[in-house]
Amino acid sequence: MQLEPIAENLWTNEAEPALIGGRLPSGKIVFPYPSGDAAEGVEPWRLSRKGTLWSWTRQDFQPKEPFEGPEPFQPYLLGYVELPGEVIVETRIVDCVLEDLKLGMPMEFVVAPFDATRATYAFRPEKA
Amino acid sequence: MEDVYIIGAGIHPFGRTDGRSGRDQGVFAVRQAMADAGIEWTDVGCAYGGSAAAGSADIMVNELGLTGLPFINVANGCATGGSALASARNAIAAGEFDVALAVGFDKHPRGAFNAKPRDYGLPEWYGQTGMMLTTQFFALKIQRYMQLYGISRETLGRVAEKAFRNGVHADHAWRRSPVDLETILNSPMVNDPLTKYMFCAPAEGAVALILASGKKVRELGADAVKIASVAVRTRPPGSFEVFAPSVDIENGGKPTILASKAAFEQAGIGPEDISVAQLQDTESGAEIMHMAENGFCKDGDQEQWLREGRTEVTGTLPVNTDGGCLACGEPIGASGLRQVYENTVQLRGRGGGRQVPNNPKAAYSHVYGAPGLSGVCILER
Repeated sequence: MQLEPIAENLWTNEAEPALIGGRLPSGKIVFPYPSGDAAEGVEPWRLSRKGTLWSWTRQDFQPKEPFEGPEPFQPYLLGYVELPGEVIVETRIVDCVLEDLKLGMPMEFVVAPFDATRATYAFRPEKA
Repeated sequence: MEDVYIIGAGIHPFGRTDGRSGRDQGVFAVRQAMADAGIEWTDVGCAYGGSAAAGSADIMVNELGLTGLPFINVANGCATGGSALASARNAIAAGEFDVALAVGFDKHPRGAFNAKPRDYGLPEWYGQTGMMLTTQFFALKIQRYMQLYGISRETLGRVAEKAFRNGVHADHAWRRSPVDLETILNSPMVNDPLTKYMFCAPAEGAVALILASGKKVRELGADAVKIASVAVRTRPPGSFEVFAPSVDIENGGKPTILASKAAFEQAGIGPEDISVAQLQDTESGAEIMHMAENGFCKDGDQEQWLREGRTEVTGTLPVNTDGGCLACGEPIGASGLRQVYENTVQLRGRGGGRQVPNNPKAAYSHVYGAPGLSGVCILER
């Protein structure tokens, strides 16, 4: 079954998807693409699929709502990935364990399952 | 601008007090502060106060007395207490009143705060996917800092160990028994590298401060400490703050650095002149990073400072002498004022088992919170 994206227009719909950020008139890149009046003059920007690990942690307790992760709760990894020359994005981290993670390691974008019906975005250590 | 003094300080014990509302804890603290100052409610010219989760402050007049005074509600998140203090001070400095009240109180449900994305202008998916937690922010900030500046997990543990040791001697603290380093390091992980004992918990409590003009201090012969400066600042561009789906690649300033600089300038002194400091310690890593952000040491020096016990009550710069948020918990509206309360206690030499030796002369407090703001207050004796 095809998983539905957790939100629309969060990443591109193509063979090699990428996050959708915004380019401000000043040239600065932001993520996510702003909504409402804040979007005025902001050009959609396809963010790089590759970056480096900026920081990370593991979520070891089940968050309260609005968290909608599957039951029973499983700890998950998250962190920030620096997309060179663009922006540092917060993201789930998949396909590895906490002990694998090192500051500055190469990471790549991936669309990952979130629950039984939905997908979210994530990064994983780049395959050598 | 006329000098402004603290002449009375009151506190309702932090922690959990079932059956007493947050505001009633506030009234308790106000009465204690007035008794300490030797004044009556009718002497108070104006009041500023608030809470994050326990309602408005101004209806305290029902309990305290309908004297007709202006009572301004402050709702400024983690800076509620700091903003109330800054406003009360300005009212006296402007010459409009001789006595003013600053009060903060709170009562939070148990467990981590669960913020709603739309309250912070963020998309729903950010909360749904489990990335909008304050505990994660602190873990992510200290994780990177530890890698960049060589801070060990043991040092994180030492901060918490010190907090619980100091809390033993503070009547208002919530956690009042020591916890050893091994227990702290081996307690359940919350967000790597931070364990359960390295985090403060939302709590309850209240603090009230009575501020007065120099004229009133002389009239009362009060045991006064001078407010040398108060500065509240919000975040500059490029800073890394709580609830940030993205961060600028150009590393900018920090609200704490701005507030600290402004407070030192206003007071006309520097970090080397401070004899005791209360620094925001939402978790162990925050205290470590805030030591540097407030100008007390260089990034990375904390490893040596903690090993050598320099931030102990008897050290060269005692930090969080009442156990800070780690031992007291964090009732948001009261937390920043608790730091100023503790500094008032220290400068008056009333700290008992936690008293900083050799008559401290200058005391520093720093509160930090969402969505990226800091408040600093310097007191002098």
